[in-house]
Amino acid sequence: MNGISRRGLLKTGVAAGVLGLSGMPLRAQSRGGKFTAGIGGANTSDSWDGRTHSDLFMIAAALGGVYDALTEVAADGSLQGELATSWEASPDAKVWTFNLRQGVTFHNGKAFGADDVIESLQMHVAEGSKSAAQPLVAAITEMRKITDHQVQFTLEAGNADFPYLLSDYHLLMYPAGQIEESIAKGIGTGLYEVVAFDPGVRFVGRRVADHYKGDSAGFFDEVELIAINDNTARMNALLTGQIDAVNRIDFRLEPLLRANPNVSIQEVTGNQHYTFPMLTQSAPFNDVNVRRALKYGVDRQEMVDKILLGHGKVGNDSPIGPANQYYHAEMEQLAYDPDRAKFHLKQAGLDSLNIDLSASNAAFEGAVDAAQLYQSSAAPAGININVIQEPADGYWSNVWLVKPFSASYWSGRSTEDWMFSSAYEAGVPWNDSQWDNARFQELLYSARAELDSDKRREQYYEMQQILRDDGGVVIPMFANFVQAISNRVVTPDVVGNTAQMDNNRMLERWSLA
Amino acid sequence: MGNVLTIILQRLALGFLTLLVVSVVIFVAVNLLPGDFAQSILGQGATPESVAAIRRDLGLDQPMVTRYFSWLGGALQGDFGSSFAQASFANFTGSDSGAGSVAQQIAPRFANTMFLAAVSAAIAVPFALVLGVLAALYRNSVFDRATNIFTLSSISSPEFFLAYVLILFLAVLNPILPSVSNIFADMAFSDRLEKTLLPALTLTLVVTAHMMRMTRAAIINLLSSPYIEMARLKGMSPLRVIVRHALPNALAPIINVVAINLAYLITGVVVVEVVFVYPGIGQLFVDSVKFRDIPVVQACCLIFAAAYILLNLTADIMSILSNPRLRHPK
Repeated sequence: MNGISRRGLLKTGVAAGVLGLSGMPLRAQSRGGKFTAGIGGANTSDSWDGRTHSDLFMIAAALGGVYDALTEVAADGSLQGELATSWEASPDAKVWTFNLRQGVTFHNGKAFGADDVIESLQMHVAEGSKSAAQPLVAAITEMRKITDHQVQFTLEAGNADFPYLLSDYHLLMYPAGQIEESIAKGIGTGLYEVVAFDPGVRFVGRRVADHYKGDSAGFFDEVELIAINDNTARMNALLTGQIDAVNRIDFRLEPLLRANPNVSIQEVTGNQHYTFPMLTQSAPFNDVNVRRALKYGVDRQEMVDKILLGHGKVGNDSPIGPANQYYHAEMEQLAYDPDRAKFHLKQAGLDSLNIDLSASNAAFEGAVDAAQLYQSSAAPAGININVIQEPADGYWSNVWLVKPFSASYWSGRSTEDWMFSSAYEAGVPWNDSQWDNARFQELLYSARAELDSDKRREQYYEMQQILRDDGGVVIPMFANFVQAISNRVVTPDVVGNTAQMDNNRMLERWSLA
Repeated sequence: MGNVLTIILQRLALGFLTLLVVSVVIFVAVNLLPGDFAQSILGQGATPESVAAIRRDLGLDQPMVTRYFSWLGGALQGDFGSSFAQASFANFTGSDSGAGSVAQQIAPRFANTMFLAAVSAAIAVPFALVLGVLAALYRNSVFDRATNIFTLSSISSPEFFLAYVLILFLAVLNPILPSVSNIFADMAFSDRLEKTLLPALTLTLVVTAHMMRMTRAAIINLLSSPYIEMARLKGMSPLRVIVRHALPNALAPIINVVAINLAYLITGVVVVEVVFVYPGIGQLFVDSVKFRDIPVVQACCLIFAAAYILLNLTADIMSILSNPRLRHPK
């Protein structure tokens, strides 16, 4: 984004529409051909209802192919317009006016306009909608249609990240009055229209001939996603040339893939992180010294080496990762130091500590092994961790948020505020450490409405430090996204790192050689 | 023939009872698993309110006995209910388009599984019978021993291992066949057959040994009978002795074994379907168990149980028909 600061663009995204159209191609990409990807993360319960999307198969097919959102996070992390061309905030970031793209039609010929935006967003706030994106849009107190191609949102409180939130993969634009039909058949404004869709089996899309994105995106004539949840089957299909790309490489198989000359590996470090949250409202974790002892009692590098086989980086107990704008990279790294852990234990008035750590591989692949590594690294500090292997079934209901110390994971969020307000704001349902820090809370609210980028950075840096020193979540590692493509496929030089497969948009951004 | 008809009716009635028992066992078993549909589908996003809302919508808050009998009532009228997964999305959209009915969900998957079973049977049954006859003919020869070693080692290996060995040799090292069997409805028959071949060959390796060894044993058993001796003394060739004289009398046990293996081709395909990404009933079944989608699990289990019952019934009837003494009882 040469010369255009991200926040400048954010506040008044005038140029965004132009960017969205030109797409700043980094390498000449040519149109044509059929692209087939084998995707892990599909279910027979899949549908075109964006409110239910949670895994790559549907996100790549819907947000990345058939549907569009109002805004889009580009591969370099900047925000650009998708169905919106520009937007403007009131000085307190409370009132947002979005200008919508003109001349866009849905696959069934209906023209796109302000009514579609309002009705599509209402799907998420309706009573009993069970939408996973409800917290994102719940802050909207009013949606007003100004003209056919202009919408105004009024928020409960100022939020400088609001345009970012609208890029979320749940917030797809459906045709007003035809939402049910659209969900049944997959009718959107995206680059590809549905040819065939069999939930949990496959999706086939055909490039829309005359699309508003023109030649800047959507290079394939036809795309097919095949649901392959089995790791080995997915790798086999790539190695035998039946498919052109796979997501989620099993780290143990990665050397085999590297040895194959027809395949190349893509590895990006994003915000996906593995965590050990403790409930800070109850003993012993209500004592910050106990939490600090546990932070020094874990050998983070060992976990990266043994659990991720090197495909990741050590965490610093802050959920903000390299894919975030205000990632505090220079913050001093917590090191493995049993003596220091012992010291903090002393401060808490304890000689030794006996705790249970509940883990299951439902939390993340290798969580039980990670818990055992934790057990052995904490032992010299006098912390006796008893690892309890929990059943994977019902783990998120019966263990996470329930047991005092457990294993968990977060895929990360593209903005700091989004991540913090999902899991660290006092009182929110997914605050998995029940953590409540007054200073953190104060900074959270002021940074949210802050439009000045420098002030915001300062506040977010302080918040990351508070989390490192006081927080109730041990974040030992950030896991890379590792995926592979065949040599037939050309990808831009910069591949998105906020989610798998180029921020879920491989169908849009990749092409054939 | 009235005798055979009575047997069929009796067996069908018993089979129906068996299905009833199976449905109770499955229902109880799925309910004993930790977690329920609402928790599984919501995963990390489960809040107590949303779990309660989904349970209420699907009637999961009712006692188990009530839920079983309301399911049974529907099933007896031919309505196997709606898949929880799809029904839950109907609620999302505020309407029930009827797309979520279990029958609609299972039908295409079941057709795929039957196709795989048919292809496998078409390869495996003739292959096993011919091998069995040849092994009996050249018994204790090198051929007999080699066949035994080959079939016994293939039945002793786990299915996924056989599948990977076949993928290694037929898809990776020599790219003859595709390793992923992503078949779909409007596919040309030849493409469909090509994509189905590897899973079918895997299943063939799994079921051949049983049928082949039973054929061999049944024939060898008869070779010491006086009437075989007589046939030999007449100067018939060994092949003719076996095919014309021994085989018809060995049919009853062979048919039984073939039937059991055919049933296995329908019910035992879960692992093979997962390895080859074959969109059959096995994959659907695994998915449904994972999500505790009881209506789909029940329907799948009933199909599996019915396959066993019907094929065993067919086997019994065929062995009666192939045996004149049973066909014309005094």
